[in-house]
Amino acid sequence: MRINGKTISLKEEIKLSDFLEQNGYNINRVAVEKNGNIIPRAKFLTEIINDNDIIEVVSFVGGG
Amino acid sequence: MNNDKLIIGGHEFNSRFILGSGKFSLDMTKAVIENGGVEMATLALRRANNGGEENILDYIPEGITLLPNTSGARNAEEAVRIARLSKELGCGDFVKIEVVRDSKYLLPDNYETIKATEILAKEGFIVMPYMYPDLITARELVNAGASAIMPLAAPIGSNRGLVTKEFIKILVEEIDLPIIVDAGIGKPSQACEAMEMGVDAIMANTAVATSGNIPMMAEAFKLAIIAGRMAYLSGIGRVLENKGEASSPLTGFLND
Repeated sequence: MRINGKTISLKEEIKLSDFLEQNGYNINRVAVEKNGNIIPRAKFLTEIINDNDIIEVVSFVGGG
Repeated sequence: MNNDKLIIGGHEFNSRFILGSGKFSLDMTKAVIENGGVEMATLALRRANNGGEENILDYIPEGITLLPNTSGARNAEEAVRIARLSKELGCGDFVKIEVVRDSKYLLPDNYETIKATEILAKEGFIVMPYMYPDLITARELVNAGASAIMPLAAPIGSNRGLVTKEFIKILVEEIDLPIIVDAGIGKPSQACEAMEMGVDAIMANTAVATSGNIPMMAEAFKLAIIAGRMAYLSGIGRVLENKGEASSPLTGFLND
């Protein structure tokens, strides 16, 4: 799979919320896009991701 | 002055100083917002770092309206994508559209900005487009559903001041939406001058962030913006081109 432009391998399917937690993301401070579609926060617990997915995890930073 | 509100998309603001939150450390954010009397601050959306890095949302005081920007977008499609992702972060409906393809002067692409404004306004966003000050574009942005117009004073981050002054004046005269000067303002006197012209608000970031005392400069901007607004509301005194006029009485001189 690809996460924020980096290729990593995902051995088995995993819930999005578990994936984010295991990889050190703050679930309350990120938005997620899977294969170009936004995954609403309410679906983090049920959305399943696999090794074919392209994921973007974004958050706010300072900026003008 | 108490009834003098800035209204954007139906939301009322007492402050006319919109702060860009970039280029200074997170732990300074609160002081800058408080010293500047700021009620609205911009944010940018970027790929998240894993590993528990600190998040700017934890440093912005309660009650501040967040204005995510679409920086990094090179066309309307990318701006729309960034805006939608920003909305997922649950910080309201405001968005500052910023579409930049020019990497030297960072000038906005007015055409793509109009397209993004139309799409996002239809989706219910309160759209505040950053634009090159052009009257025809501004009218198109009004028609596209913008809630404010944000013309640049000079290239982003340049601190060069009101380079586009005459063209911003035209927008103030012709456009009924709030006009917010965004980008290029380098010091409080320039913010004050823009406000005296009838601009509705000032957005600044680099001018504050590159100053020697960041919280103090935020306060200087606050005061300058208030001064300029009061001067505008008062009505600026007239100018005499080719003569002077005594301010003291012209009668009762000692040698009369």
